[in-house]
Amino acid sequence: MSGNKQGLADWTAGAEAIVYQFCAACGSLQYFRRSFCCVCGAPDPDERCASGEGTVYATSLVCRAATPETRAHVPYNIVLVDTVEGFRMMALGDNDLSIGDRVTARFAPFAGRLVPYFARTKS
Amino acid sequence: MSFITGVGLTAYGRHEGSSSLDLMSKAASLAIADAGLKRSDIDGILCGYSTVAPHIMLATVFAEHFGIRPNYAHAVQVGGATGLAMTMLAHHLVESRVVRHVLAVSGENRLTGQSRDASILALAQVGHPDYEVPLGPTIPAYYGLVASRYMHEYGVTQEDLAEFAILMRAHALTHPGAQFHDAITVADVMASKPVALPLKLLDCCPVSDGGAAFVVSRERTGEIGVRVLGSAQAHTHQHVTAAPALSGLGAEIAIARAKEAAGVAISDVRYAAVYDSFTITLAMLLEDLGLAGRGEAASRVRSGYFSRDGKMPLNTHGGLLSYGHCGVGGAMAHLVETQLQMTGRAGNRQVRDASIALLHGDGGVLSSHVSMFLERVR
Repeated sequence: MSGNKQGLADWTAGAEAIVYQFCAACGSLQYFRRSFCCVCGAPDPDERCASGEGTVYATSLVCRAATPETRAHVPYNIVLVDTVEGFRMMALGDNDLSIGDRVTARFAPFAGRLVPYFARTKS
Repeated sequence: MSFITGVGLTAYGRHEGSSSLDLMSKAASLAIADAGLKRSDIDGILCGYSTVAPHIMLATVFAEHFGIRPNYAHAVQVGGATGLAMTMLAHHLVESRVVRHVLAVSGENRLTGQSRDASILALAQVGHPDYEVPLGPTIPAYYGLVASRYMHEYGVTQEDLAEFAILMRAHALTHPGAQFHDAITVADVMASKPVALPLKLLDCCPVSDGGAAFVVSRERTGEIGVRVLGSAQAHTHQHVTAAPALSGLGAEIAIARAKEAAGVAISDVRYAAVYDSFTITLAMLLEDLGLAGRGEAASRVRSGYFSRDGKMPLNTHGGLLSYGHCGVGGAMAHLVETQLQMTGRAGNRQVRDASIALLHGDGGVLSSHVSMFLERVR
């Protein structure tokens, strides 16, 4: 896993990647990108690509959406996943996922963009 | 010291043709009259926000419209916790002698002033713009996530959650101003349309038009005083992705601080007014606040503990779930009802003893919390 301070492109910018930040000063991880560590304030945390492996923390199957773009996908399952790297992220996933499932991410089109989408890890 | 000296509340539901300012003005007039004051007595104004008519200076827009030139005025924005946050601030403002009488007011024509989609979209923006909103979440989905985890950790079922909707509806049936007037059953809740599972339509508060206001004063203006004993806040996160573990949420932090500020214990409380945007919100908050053991709130509802004649009457007006939810005014109705109960003016809803009340508000996705204790003073 290589460190990078240049700003790796991730799914929020249209790339097929989940990126998180690691603070070399205090060892904290953060998922929401910032130019500093939100725990200790140190500038320029390292950026790393996540493996896409994790465990389902919570799920909610959305059956009532608020825009024509998202309504086309109803029902869709919003999940919170605890990644093996140690941060939590929101994503979409298979409708039958349960809390505690080991899952692996791919990227799927949703409402006009590419988003992380989790399915059970094939053992 | 500070006292809730007057309260005003409109019916919630449809107010066709009323603007947010109309609803704010109506509630404000009621509250000022209820306090036995004139509008010229009001020297402080705090207001919430309106998603229908957003403005960067809503408090002064309202002051001009209503005809008051206050010495202190601004809006407060903490989502569903705004009403109690305004009360807490008003308490400190009058205690520190910045002003004598603060009018806290909010109103919104959220139901008839915009489409339901627009309401859902506006509210979903409490999510993270880059990491959450592109995934198509709604407010019910944020709370649906929390619900799934809470149910998983504490063995709470969908039928358990239904009990809170039924209780709030039963209470609303006794209030003419409530949005809903039909009794519901567990089967009705279970059969209602799925919104963001595990939450179904009847697990969710409605979108309403309405207005609420109250006056916070340095001295009581009526025979029975409703005194602010103490209050406290906690803000642990904004986005559900960044929320702490269920055991570390802000309600527990806020209530611990409020108990210390007020010098009271949960065993002293005789009436509870707790935020209930969804059934899961109410279930979790009751347990976080210590009004029920972990995973036991639903069985307490079934046994009548939170009913009007129970040991701890709760949201006797019907709460957000059944009185209605017009934004900031939604949870202000909880305080209005509490003040009526404490002053013995709740009519057919009157409880035996509301001498000490606990109020709790939650904004965002269990992000911002305000706990408050009120005491009746004769």
